[in-house]
Amino acid sequence: MLNTDDEKLVFELSRPGRRAFSMPTLDVPAAPKEAIPKQLSRKKPPMLPEVAERDLVRHYTRLSQRNYGIDLGFYPLGSCSMKYNPKLAEDVAAMPGFRRLHPLQPESQIQGALRLLVELEQALCAVTGMEAVTFQPAAGAHGELTGLLIMRAFHEHNNDQRKRVIIPDSAHGTNPASVRLAGYEVSEVASDRRGLVDLDALEKLIGPDVAGLMITNPNTLGLFEENIERIAKMIHSVGGLLYYDGANLNAIVGRCRPGDMGFDIVHMNLHKTFATPHGGGGPGAGPLSVSARLAPFLPSPRPAFDASSGRYVWAEGDGRSIGRVHSFHGNFGILARASSYVRALGADGLRHVSDYAVLNANYLSAKLTDAYELAFPDSQPMHEFVLTARKQKARGARAMDVAKRIIDYGFHPPTVYFPLVVDEAMMVEPTETESIETLDAFSDAMHTVDREIDENPHALHEAPLTAPVSRPDEARAARDLRARWHPNHHADAHQASLQGPEDKPSI
Amino acid sequence: MDFAPHTARDVETMLATIGVSSVDDLFNVIPAALRVDGLTIPNGHAEAEVLREMAALAALNKSADDLVCFMGAGAYDHHVPSMVWAVLSRGELATSYTPYQPELSQGVLQTLFEYQTMICELTGLDISNAGLYDGGSGLAEAVNLAVGATKRSRVVVAGAVNPLYAGVLATQGAGLSLDIQATGWGSDGRARDVDAEGAAAVVVQQPNLFGVLEDIPKLAEIAHAAGARLIVHQDLTALGVLEAPGALGADVVVSEGQPFGNHLNFGGPYAGVIACRTADVRRLPGRLVGETVDRNGKRAFVLTLQAREQHIRREKATSNICTNQTLNTLAVAVALAWFGPQGLRELGEQCIARAHYTRDRLVEHAGAEALFQETPIFKEFAVRLPADPAAVCEYATSEGFLAGVPLSRLMPNADLDDALLVAVTEKRSREEIDAFVHVIARACKEVA
Repeated sequence: MLNTDDEKLVFELSRPGRRAFSMPTLDVPAAPKEAIPKQLSRKKPPMLPEVAERDLVRHYTRLSQRNYGIDLGFYPLGSCSMKYNPKLAEDVAAMPGFRRLHPLQPESQIQGALRLLVELEQALCAVTGMEAVTFQPAAGAHGELTGLLIMRAFHEHNNDQRKRVIIPDSAHGTNPASVRLAGYEVSEVASDRRGLVDLDALEKLIGPDVAGLMITNPNTLGLFEENIERIAKMIHSVGGLLYYDGANLNAIVGRCRPGDMGFDIVHMNLHKTFATPHGGGGPGAGPLSVSARLAPFLPSPRPAFDASSGRYVWAEGDGRSIGRVHSFHGNFGILARASSYVRALGADGLRHVSDYAVLNANYLSAKLTDAYELAFPDSQPMHEFVLTARKQKARGARAMDVAKRIIDYGFHPPTVYFPLVVDEAMMVEPTETESIETLDAFSDAMHTVDREIDENPHALHEAPLTAPVSRPDEARAARDLRARWHPNHHADAHQASLQGPEDKPSI
Repeated sequence: MDFAPHTARDVETMLATIGVSSVDDLFNVIPAALRVDGLTIPNGHAEAEVLREMAALAALNKSADDLVCFMGAGAYDHHVPSMVWAVLSRGELATSYTPYQPELSQGVLQTLFEYQTMICELTGLDISNAGLYDGGSGLAEAVNLAVGATKRSRVVVAGAVNPLYAGVLATQGAGLSLDIQATGWGSDGRARDVDAEGAAAVVVQQPNLFGVLEDIPKLAEIAHAAGARLIVHQDLTALGVLEAPGALGADVVVSEGQPFGNHLNFGGPYAGVIACRTADVRRLPGRLVGETVDRNGKRAFVLTLQAREQHIRREKATSNICTNQTLNTLAVAVALAWFGPQGLRELGEQCIARAHYTRDRLVEHAGAEALFQETPIFKEFAVRLPADPAAVCEYATSEGFLAGVPLSRLMPNADLDDALLVAVTEKRSREEIDAFVHVIARACKEVA
């Protein structure tokens, strides 16, 4: 499926004197040499490639052919919501009236952009059941940090010193990392046998020094926290705030709202639920919505409609804002895409997002569980499910082997070794935009791979056999760090040593 | 409209396989009291309708296509080569996830490796990561690196650092209880009275908010004498003509990558850049791509030193960053490859020439007074105007110009109420500049 021919580095294509660039004719006087003091002048030009534009276009086109995207096929990465990214959103983001706007233009010149944001805020509030939004966070983790800083500002405003934030042991790694950056300690609450927050364990952690609880619902195991109202009461009873990590919001859109569950702060990953492309690891957007009592603490300025003038404006707030978290207004290009998506789907279409995401996950789960064990068989999954390859491991193949072998059947593997609380985890999220034929084909491939453990174990251990590269030596990459190219660098041709178990989580 | 391919028959088949009678049954786990039926927003629209609606919104804006752009302060109207987004729009790149599965991600990984190499070359530092969100949060990440490395919490912001960047640093610094102090600037527009005693880092912007060049070697000396890291927020477009900051003593370089390959986009998505010395590599935030070999000895690229990152190290990670701005980072790399060493040099020379020409004309014909005239500039400069800058800008808009940023908008209490910040990229022709100066001159008379 992908191009297996090696592609040289762009530096290896370079020939002195070749060029791609063109520069306008210098029609003003050149600046005098002394315009830059000698001490600050460049002595030796940076080693950038010297290539023709055609070289570049072929180079990156070939490289793209060594990369797998949703546009090529099924991408069931659990917790990542790799759904189809509508192309109309790309056309909208490329409109010069959006793409060519400078972020500091006065309000009179950006009425359309401000209106887009105000209307998107209304839609996101309708989805989350919250009151106000900041669009500054550039990604989910950025939203987390912003939300936690708001949590901190809220408590400090009330002269309330608090120390800890509780997160489930199944939480995504960004949660504890964000908690620490906000100056709080992490308290981990265990999951129970069914994969839900253990209420007894939570009870023991609750205290007046708890700033809040951060949780995903459905949680990172793909299970709905059915005790969420009780959990909210427990946290609120000690004055803590409830933070909703919106990574799995796509499972409940139009079915229930975090605000009704008792959440105070909600971030959304627009590159998940609202179908903006992941771009190989961004740009995404992580807008944050909050309840009315926290709205004054949001980053400022915020887009608003001023009824008295009938104009859209930047509103500065009353001084309680935590300040800005982005140089400008966030990833507007992504917000314009998400706004297009919301307008295209509307209330009826967005309801289908959760309906079919959950239907697809449950269907695929039902198809796979004769060969693979569900990590939490007593709980019904929502939009994604976690398998454990314990049985496969006992027969000689680890989750990573299964994942790598699936590549040879033309699919991107599921997420493996996450969540950390599940042994040999394989986390599958089909999303709503996949058809029954795709799910059947994936299920067939997973069953074939399972049979191969006994019939052709070599294929699993060596997999992938058809990808642009076989398994890279990751230990060597870390041990003998080469994070840039040098003209005298040559990849060693000797056989890489086989590595031990690769059990890093991959989300 | 929606993008789910399900026919009624598909749904029936799937429900039967699951063993439930309706889709609603799959949501029974949600407590009844919490259930809502749908959303309080309008129903969906056809593609043609959405495009028409969005085009109407876009038409309410005046963009840098409608107005000749002399506005900067962190976002610049440089040329974006046509081929950049022609290649980056390919679905294999644009619709891929973070490259955790290297066998399926060599395209993104190799391009990021090339990017890291270019950033090392430009900055004169050893290691570049694979990108951050933007120039503001990049600065906050760089300070976190220095705080971790020195175990100190005092941070000195030297001179006129863009308040939009310093603002992000202040917000994020609150979480870690950093003690952030700003030094202010002297009559030459440069950082003054920098006391790095006990500081984790000295932060400086090059060129600074006013567009003037800071004395990086001197600041490096001050920072290093106190055991602090020197963090330089560097305009990359200047590095064809300016010495690599690493060669002048910078320990960490951060930047806003927007000027290379990224459109103005109303402020985002842009690309945060960070590079450091080998000694600090384990404190570097975010993704890092390394070269290795596969089982057949073939060159391969992977995400490496992941033990720094949140998905392994959780609360002990160097940063919480996960999804970043990869596609925009790739745009920086593709554009840098397009410019090449000669193009980068000419880009710098053109910026300097056009900025000087514009400033001279404004002084000569519009009654403007150059701020910090004796200090070298690159592509941006500040002038004092004989009329209110905001009013001048408004007048200029009606004449087709985005005149610049009134400095009081960024620094309300710095005696800069009559100052305008003007940016001039390689795209601004003499004809545009002359017309601009003419309009500013007229505006100063009309609105005074």
